[in-house]
Amino acid sequence: MINTADILETINMIREENLDIRTITMGVSLLDCAAGSPELTAAKVYDKITKRAERLVSVGEEIEKQYGVPIVNKRISVTPVSLIGGAFGEEAYVKLAETLDRAAKNLGVNFIGGFSALVEKGATAGAAQLIRAIPEALSKTQLVCSSVNVASTKAGINMNAVSEMGHIIKETARLTAERDAIGCAKLVVFANVPQDNPFMAGAFHGVGEPECVINVGVSGPGVVSSAIRRAGDCDLSALAELIKRTAFKITRVGQLVAGEAAKRLGVPFGIVDLSLAPTPAVGDSVARILEEMGLEVTGAHGTTAALAMLNDAVKKGGVMASSQVGGLSGAFIPVSEDEGMIAAVRGGSLTIEKLEAMTAVCSVGLDMIAVPGDTSEAVIAGVIADEISIGVANTKTTAVRLIPAPGKTVGDEVSFGGLLGLAPVIRLNTASPARFISRGGRIPAPIHSLKN
Amino acid sequence: MKAVISVTGRDNVGIIAGVSALCAEHGANILDITQSVLSEYFAMIMLAEIDSLNVPFSQFVDELADYGRSKALEIHTMHEDIFNTMHHI
Repeated sequence: MINTADILETINMIREENLDIRTITMGVSLLDCAAGSPELTAAKVYDKITKRAERLVSVGEEIEKQYGVPIVNKRISVTPVSLIGGAFGEEAYVKLAETLDRAAKNLGVNFIGGFSALVEKGATAGAAQLIRAIPEALSKTQLVCSSVNVASTKAGINMNAVSEMGHIIKETARLTAERDAIGCAKLVVFANVPQDNPFMAGAFHGVGEPECVINVGVSGPGVVSSAIRRAGDCDLSALAELIKRTAFKITRVGQLVAGEAAKRLGVPFGIVDLSLAPTPAVGDSVARILEEMGLEVTGAHGTTAALAMLNDAVKKGGVMASSQVGGLSGAFIPVSEDEGMIAAVRGGSLTIEKLEAMTAVCSVGLDMIAVPGDTSEAVIAGVIADEISIGVANTKTTAVRLIPAPGKTVGDEVSFGGLLGLAPVIRLNTASPARFISRGGRIPAPIHSLKN
Repeated sequence: MKAVISVTGRDNVGIIAGVSALCAEHGANILDITQSVLSEYFAMIMLAEIDSLNVPFSQFVDELADYGRSKALEIHTMHEDIFNTMHHI
């Protein structure tokens, strides 16, 4: 018989420590959906998604029952939509977003990602139109997520796109002002974007991916936090080992679910993304892990070191647990989606500067951060440029998901509910980078990109 | 295929009898039973073979959980693979 202690440990992880599978994400290629008219393209897109993902939600629920582990979200990612609508103009892109939204709603999935463009070296006509369509598209849909890759270590930084995204984020906030600028919670600006990420808002189905694929994102900050608490006053080498072992167990569940989902849906298994993804629920926080490691509060000096160690140990433990690891893999630090982060920002310990430093060693970037509604486009573009350059220089993924909440200022809060959570408005440096940003052009790729 | 049925809650007369009866009714063959104490919880774990279950596995899971609720017990029924995968390389 299986060891009783192991059984109780697993049950305890699921029931008490919020171990869950954050998402099963089905990637669907739309490359064969480009047709002669916007209407025909939309019809093909709708048919393909609803046919491919017809059983995604029910299979997810079956697996949830079989293994007794919650699968919080079922999602779909599609080929960057900029690639299939280039011939029809901005309006057609908004219609395509509405088509994606309708397909997602009819399937009962939680989100659909891929209203995206990759413009690290420059924008095609289609990509430029899609970017201009983002504010309207996000204001007219509920489940569509959008992302724009503005830089890569190989290509450098497209500063024209960075500048434009400052404007697009503000415009999205304006058009969704009545809901605390929720559109901005579904819009992310990337450097070195992964093509197989199952997490939103940045998920899309890359062009090098197969026709259809299953990617799984695990979660489980509460499990790591509890393990550290139980370990007491051990040294950091022992702590790193402990985190590795815990991450291994968490990721094994992801691998099991991913394999089973792929088998039942008759679709190839892609990757497991072994991220520690927090939720606003108490006991499901990455910030609380850092505090359990010994920081008085997240944001204290030492936070970056603790996060770097956590991120590395999670990867090392997880990589052996899965046959294919991909996506973002590491520790997420979204402010609004993490109860401990929210508390640290409210308490004044966690500032934008510290968050930026933390993003150099975490898996993504400045994520779900509310900023004053009157922040200028140039300042937002400046935040993006800084964050993106960290990713480019360090050959890692970084991203920015800022919410300039209309009418809100430092001390106010925005609330989205659900997994998106609640964010205190954070103080930004308001000195203007406008002249630097408006220069446009490209920041060249760093020297270490020349590896051939 | 085997399922692990975990029962936790306050001790009472007839827990094993009740869960066993449900298993028998649905064609689940009990292979092993063990009891353990975790914190203040009384915990019982059953291993059952579910190859000749006469209802879908998900229904079996729900019925056991419902039975547990009616007796103020927590009953979780999970496929054994999750434990094997997590704890064995």
